[in-house]
Amino acid sequence: MRERGPGTQSGELRDELARLALFADLEGAQLEAVAHIFEEAWYPAGTRVVRQGFAGSGFYVILDGEVNVVVDGQPRARLVRGDFFGEAAILLGESPIADIVADGPLRVLHLAGQDLRSFLLAYPRVTYRVLVDQTRRLRNANQWRR
Amino acid sequence: MAEVGGPVERPFPPGDYPLVVVGSGPGAIQVSYSLTRLGVPHAVLSRDPAPGGMFRRFPFFQRLLSWTKPYAPATRGGRAFERYDWNSLLAREGDDTPIAADEAVMVDLMDGTSEFPSRPEMEAGITEFARRTGVVVRFGCTWQSTAREEGPDDVRFLLRTSDGTYRARVLIFAVGVAEAWQPDTPGMEHVAHYVDTRPAAEYAGKRLFIIGKQNSGFELANGLLSYAERIVLASPRPARTSVETNSLVGIRARYVQPVEDHIMASGVHILNAAIERVEPVESGFVVHTRASADGAPLPVEADAVIAATGFTAPLLDLPALGVATFGQSRLPAMTDFWESATVPGIYFAGTIMQGAKGPLKYGIPSNSGAVHGARYNARILARHIAEQHFDGAPARPAVPPDRVAAYLAREASEAPELWNQKGYLARVLTLDDAAPGGRRRRTAGGAWRDDGILPLAHFADAGGPDAAAIAVEGDQAGVIRPALYIRRRGVVTEHLLDPHPLHAFASAEYRAAIVAALAGLGGAS
Repeated sequence: MRERGPGTQSGELRDELARLALFADLEGAQLEAVAHIFEEAWYPAGTRVVRQGFAGSGFYVILDGEVNVVVDGQPRARLVRGDFFGEAAILLGESPIADIVADGPLRVLHLAGQDLRSFLLAYPRVTYRVLVDQTRRLRNANQWRR
Repeated sequence: MAEVGGPVERPFPPGDYPLVVVGSGPGAIQVSYSLTRLGVPHAVLSRDPAPGGMFRRFPFFQRLLSWTKPYAPATRGGRAFERYDWNSLLAREGDDTPIAADEAVMVDLMDGTSEFPSRPEMEAGITEFARRTGVVVRFGCTWQSTAREEGPDDVRFLLRTSDGTYRARVLIFAVGVAEAWQPDTPGMEHVAHYVDTRPAAEYAGKRLFIIGKQNSGFELANGLLSYAERIVLASPRPARTSVETNSLVGIRARYVQPVEDHIMASGVHILNAAIERVEPVESGFVVHTRASADGAPLPVEADAVIAATGFTAPLLDLPALGVATFGQSRLPAMTDFWESATVPGIYFAGTIMQGAKGPLKYGIPSNSGAVHGARYNARILARHIAEQHFDGAPARPAVPPDRVAAYLAREASEAPELWNQKGYLARVLTLDDAAPGGRRRRTAGGAWRDDGILPLAHFADAGGPDAAAIAVEGDQAGVIRPALYIRRRGVVTEHLLDPHPLHAFASAEYRAAIVAALAGLGGAS
């Protein structure tokens, strides 16, 4: 059987989401709903959670652990608890341009790529947080180039 | 099978064994059979009195969701038939000669009134498979606790049971994901879980509130449509059907009638709302809900409330031993080969295997939570354990270079492993540059070897010599196509082949596409 009911992890995952910046603007019922929209997954160290050049990737939020962003075998960045990844490939309709590799045990929330658009439209406060984070990444990338 | 055939001496008394399997559902029976085929000695223990696992009791309305089609477009009992028979366990090992008496057990046992077997038919099928193949289980032996013992040479696990203590280097737990789970919502202690649903007639004329909108909730709603006065189903997430997701994710087609009744406002209400508390009152219950969309509160009166809130894996004290778990189902964190990611030597079989997520391409999970997925995993697991722990060296038949493309194309067209575990399992051919005996080949490019069916994630990430793997993948739009993965100098690339209206992927056109993608690798043509 593979099922998840309402109130699932209500005392745990909902509170965990509330502590992440991405979901900090959501309130009770919305947090409860978000906790049911995402699926939880756990990956051993070294797993490529997102694979460069592979179609059909998803959107992920890190609950525990850290990942390396690796392009053509070269580490480029590091993401930690509360960070998210996978949205760029989905929003652009392209395959990922980087591997996302678990650096140690990794617990994440996962959303299928095809569900990201409707999720961002339904939760504009989360979308705003994504936008802010993307802007910060773009600024940092530009600073790095100078 | 001793326990089925008659009252004889119970097998597997407490003591030392190389490997112990816990369980007697389809997962345990399948992995025990596959281990035996590979010559891996082991004991099988189960608290139950007979084979069947969860199918000894569920589904509640006694009809499965998984089909066995007796008149499928494939020879009954043949390998390709498995694609249409999701319920029989597997006696064959890949392409080897079938053991005729053991193939497609379920077809022989179903009464022909439905392609979905009844629960008793499924239970009988598992029992019959065990009888025909000689799988032996020590029934009535309850696993109670687990410990680890550091020996002079290795680590052994201690399995304490109702019959005594077992020691083994390797454990496989196939204990299912069917233990009732209810959230800590206030008042939930007054609510019966799905597993405690009463006979349907007792809901006649009642206002029923079902907490949960997945298959178990809709199974109950569907079965009680002709009894209940009103049915409310509620959970925070909108319900989606399998025909909307183009996968087995969502409510299966057999349970969609309550959705239509909801749309027609005919006594069924489907709410997207969080359950805040369940309040017992004189007339029954008031379920206090809050809408997911706008947070609006809505109290709903009901005569009966059932929690279809999901299931967990009964892992007992394994977390205390160090087995990491995640999610509401408390699934163990696993490697691609279903070994605990945190306690080596502990493996999982059966529906628990769904914890190893695989690539999750297009968001579509594996079918490891069902028999038609887990049965293939079990076969791979047995081979992996034989290689890792028992010096097993399964055959790796050579594939002539001029047969590589045709072989991969045929696998994409027919292989039940690839079709029943889309995007999760793959047929792997490896360019082996070592000749038998470990000598290096003198010919450039090496020789193609068939490494069998392996987890796609393992192929994508494990590294190794140049190789090719073929999988079948479905996307969110319902398009099914072969996906070829090629590893050159350690880098794996994806090559999606075109779909075909009839899923006929063995033609010259597909062979040519594979040859083009391989671009001369190993002389493949």
